[in-house]
Amino acid sequence: MTALLELSDVEARYGPIKALHGVTLTVDEGQITAVLGANGAGKTTTLRAISNTVRRTGKIRFDGKPLARGGPESVARRGIAHVPEGRGTFAELTVTENLRLGAYTRRGALKDDLRRVHSYFPWIERRGGQQAGTLSGGEQQMLALARAFMQRPRLMLLDEPSLGLAPIVVSEIFRIVKELNEQEGVAVLVAEQNANIALQVADTAYVLEVGRIALSGPSADLQKDESVRKSYLGY
Amino acid sequence: MVDARLTKRLDLRGSVARLSVPPLVLLLLLAACVFLTVGSLISARFAEQTVIGLASGGVYAILALAIVLIYRATEVINFAQGEMAMISTYIAWQLIQWGVAFWAAFFATLAISFVGGMLLELVVIRPVERAGVLAVVVVTIGLVFVMQAGAAWIWSSDLKFFPSAFHASPIRVGGVAFSLQDLGTIGVSIAAVVVLWFFFQFTKTGLAMRAAALRPAAARLVGIRVGWMLALGWGLAAVLGAIAGMMIAPTSVSGGLQPTSMDVVLIYAFAAAILGGIENPAGAVVGGLALGVFLALLTSYVDVVTSELRLPVALGALLAVLLIRPNGLFGRAVVRRV
Repeated sequence: MTALLELSDVEARYGPIKALHGVTLTVDEGQITAVLGANGAGKTTTLRAISNTVRRTGKIRFDGKPLARGGPESVARRGIAHVPEGRGTFAELTVTENLRLGAYTRRGALKDDLRRVHSYFPWIERRGGQQAGTLSGGEQQMLALARAFMQRPRLMLLDEPSLGLAPIVVSEIFRIVKELNEQEGVAVLVAEQNANIALQVADTAYVLEVGRIALSGPSADLQKDESVRKSYLGY
Repeated sequence: MVDARLTKRLDLRGSVARLSVPPLVLLLLLAACVFLTVGSLISARFAEQTVIGLASGGVYAILALAIVLIYRATEVINFAQGEMAMISTYIAWQLIQWGVAFWAAFFATLAISFVGGMLLELVVIRPVERAGVLAVVVVTIGLVFVMQAGAAWIWSSDLKFFPSAFHASPIRVGGVAFSLQDLGTIGVSIAAVVVLWFFFQFTKTGLAMRAAALRPAAARLVGIRVGWMLALGWGLAAVLGAIAGMMIAPTSVSGGLQPTSMDVVLIYAFAAAILGGIENPAGAVVGGLALGVFLALLTSYVDVVTSELRLPVALGALLAVLLIRPNGLFGRAVVRRV
């Protein structure tokens, strides 16, 4: 197994407040990796540090080469698609326009990609002309995923895809994430509060506590771990 | 009850911009169109004045579009928009003076203006951008004086005659004399609006510019270089200004070409933009046309309103509209998440 993304000793701060105290983690090629933790543990900041939307120190390597600090747009061009908190869809634009924007960094026709998107999200085909802001929360999250997929990324960063959604929608979304991962070979780094569902789909997981990695290992092991079960799974 | 409605609205993420033109405004516009058509069929004078109004209105609309373009991207009101147009017109004048054919000079000026507009953003606007919207607005006001002084220094403040691209003799249709300059201006304005609309609707760069204006942070995450999109916006605004300047310079509205000749035109364009709703391109176009026709008919039919009173009357009309619809004809009240 080769490492696609490696963070070593990454620190990040918002003004005077340090949010990450030296995070080291690895995302392997073609794997789903979960970052778990409570509110304020640094999950979002970890993803932001990768996509260069927050100031950071420390080393990040992607595909064997260091990730330059040229701003989020240059990270996107390296093949990392970040679905941020709040989904990052363009509410004012139509569904199709959102998908076209997802493919912004690529050249060539989109027909093939759109067909693949429609196979994962059949409802999108019928509602391409609809304004994204009028979609339901679950649909918006799916659109955000579809938009990220249009980028043909090697790695997707998903920030709390379960946020504010009904349980049935959450499992639907994670099912699609798993499908994208298995059939398209996209590696996924997902930050989640919902440890239960995240551990079900992830191969590996890291537990963050106040800006530090407290625990890590294969998901199956973490699911059995006493402290994880008590603090994050609730049984 | 109120709470439930409020949350529902906020659920739409605060700033959903559906193109919802209120029915009353739509009805009003329809009535205006019917009035103008019927009037033009009955009276030759009315038809002539309507066309004159549409021509100057088209120019206001183009300049208003330029203002809207920059406002939507950065919430900056570009006070130098008129002076940018003035400089462009001088460049065209200079090219024509050197013996370049009108349309060659026209398109060369558009290209020069595009590059010039982008450079202006990169060199003058970008360094102060981080200081906030107000700072940038003040810089654009400063640019007004720098550009006027620059134009006067290079070309002197004497009134220059700017040639018209169109034949001087009018064409007659059923007893109505239409000036070719006016018809040509209307045609060029329509072409400019259509090309611009096509660009924003169907090209990748146009879509990226809209995305960068709506949500800069999200746009960067999909790989859009937002800074470049802003520069591009200034380039396009300069091109629109150049079109407006070159179309209006031969007419009486600007009274020939001199360093201050776009001042009044810019005020009409501001009025048009605000009339339509400063965030709405379609509103800017409708606002410009409405203002042009309204003023042409008013000065023609109401004797008290001489050409000196055009500007106060325009501002009066603007005030009246804003009293009834504070966000302009097509504007919407902005609901923002706090």
